[in-house]
Amino acid sequence: MKVSSLGYVVRDGFRNVWRNKVMSVASISTVAISLFLLGVVWLFISNVNHMVTKVESELEINAYIDKTYTRDQGEELMQQISRLPGIALVSYVTKEEALLILNGRFGPEANLAETVGEYNPLPDLIKIKASRPELVPDLAKKLENTIGIETVRYGQGTVERLLQTADWVERAGFVGLIGISVAAIFLISTSIRLTVYSRREEITIMRLVGATNWYIRWPFLVEGIFIGLFGSFMACAILYFGYMQLAKYLTVNLTFIPLLTDREVLLTMGGNILAYGSGLGLIGSFLSVFRYLRV
Amino acid sequence: MIQFFNVSKIYAGEVKVTALEDVNLTIEKGEFIFLVGPSGAGKSTLTKLIIREEIATNGQVMVDGKSLARMKQREIPYYRRNIGFVFQDFRLLMTRTVYENVAFAAESVEMTRTQIRQRVPMVLEMMGLDQKRNAFPHQLSGGQQQRLGIARAMVNNPTMIIADEPTGNLDPETSSEIMQIFQAINRRGTTVMIATHDKAMVDKLRQRVIQLRGGFVVRDQKNGGYAE
Ligand SMILES: Nc1ncnc2c1ncn2[C@@H]1O[C@H](COP(=O)(O)OP(=O)(O)O)[C@@H](O)[C@H]1O
Ligand SMILES: [Mg+2]
Repeated sequence: MKVSSLGYVVRDGFRNVWRNKVMSVASISTVAISLFLLGVVWLFISNVNHMVTKVESELEINAYIDKTYTRDQGEELMQQISRLPGIALVSYVTKEEALLILNGRFGPEANLAETVGEYNPLPDLIKIKASRPELVPDLAKKLENTIGIETVRYGQGTVERLLQTADWVERAGFVGLIGISVAAIFLISTSIRLTVYSRREEITIMRLVGATNWYIRWPFLVEGIFIGLFGSFMACAILYFGYMQLAKYLTVNLTFIPLLTDREVLLTMGGNILAYGSGLGLIGSFLSVFRYLRV
Repeated sequence: MIQFFNVSKIYAGEVKVTALEDVNLTIEKGEFIFLVGPSGAGKSTLTKLIIREEIATNGQVMVDGKSLARMKQREIPYYRRNIGFVFQDFRLLMTRTVYENVAFAAESVEMTRTQIRQRVPMVLEMMGLDQKRNAFPHQLSGGQQQRLGIARAMVNNPTMIIADEPTGNLDPETSSEIMQIFQAINRRGTTVMIATHDKAMVDKLRQRVIQLRGGFVVRDQKNGGYAE
């Protein structure tokens, strides 16, 4: 095919979409639904990952010191821990300080110091920040095996639960996406098959006057790509406005859930959706063109 | 030059049909040929072998010394651009105007827009359809429809025109008009081959006649009539 014929091919591809409006609308909607699903899953996972990084970066390890240790021994232990690899910051919290902090949580009326009197049940503890969040679990394990450390606490499973949810959503979304993508491909290929059928006279004439095989095929492939692109645009528009509404709602009402709204993330998603959509369209049209278009 | 060397065509369906048998022919450039014979004699099959829509079962069809059977799949479209084909039932696109019907064929062979804007009005004028360029086929008479069919076949300036019973659906007067157009095309040097039942026309024009019966060439006569 000549480059100068590109105009004819694109025009005919567009006309093909227009010619079978009902089928085209059905295919475009299915593509839109499958890409909407892709977008939702994508956004959900991106946000969970974002949240996990945030939570992890704020993550502190509390290492509680053996109650039989003296303060000097405890401080020596802290020096020893601060030399471990991957440690960003260590600080010593005495049991008196810990009691005050606890008191603060109970409110200004409480007077825990008075209540417990001489027998402060809290241990001294060392607060540790890791230089990188993903080091936290390993570091915690190492601390647990350190002599002089009674117990180690961090994150209390928040991260694990978040990641588990993300994993689950990813799996379910993946299965759903495959299913609906297959449906989209099927509909696209059916709609192109119908166009091939309705253009059979034109195809006969084209063959006889000497159109090349690719010149005959391309408009049908373009038709598929158009269906995919229109569907992607629809999905992108709905996702964008829906997501922005949600982000606005959350900033006002649930300030502790920080939604990702960087341009870059959203643009990457849009780009991926467009590519995926035109890919679906191309696969669908290929199936029909090579099955039903005898050239 | 088109040559048939011992060409047979057998359609292999549930029952085998021998449409052509042991055909030997030479068609020179610029000839005017009538292909006659009763229905089922093999006229359409012979034209389909020339445009390479069918391939000979035995023997060889050669065009300018090259075997059509050995022609590569991707060379076929370019080969067909040298041949204009005209149908009995016109095969016009009913939803497109006169101009668009011809432009469609021009686009199919990937002429540029500039070429199309020159060439399409030219062939329409040649066929006397320039006043009808915006009409739809159903608004044309049978003769005009067939002239449109010929205009479409001519748009690529082919070296040969093949018409399969082009006047089969037309009254005698209109047929005569269509035949004059084919003669005019032939006078410009284009090879013309017409498969036909039109006895009066063949007798009147006295051109080369190739007569088929049951797949055999039973007569190949210069300046012949419809029957011996
Ligand atoms: N595609 C085909 N498949 C099977 N048989 C065919 C096919 N085309 C033509 N025939 C048979 O071949 C013979 C010659 O047909 P055709 O070339 O159309 O003759 P004509 O054009 O002279 O009427 C006929 O018996 C016809 O039934
Ligand atoms: Mg016939």
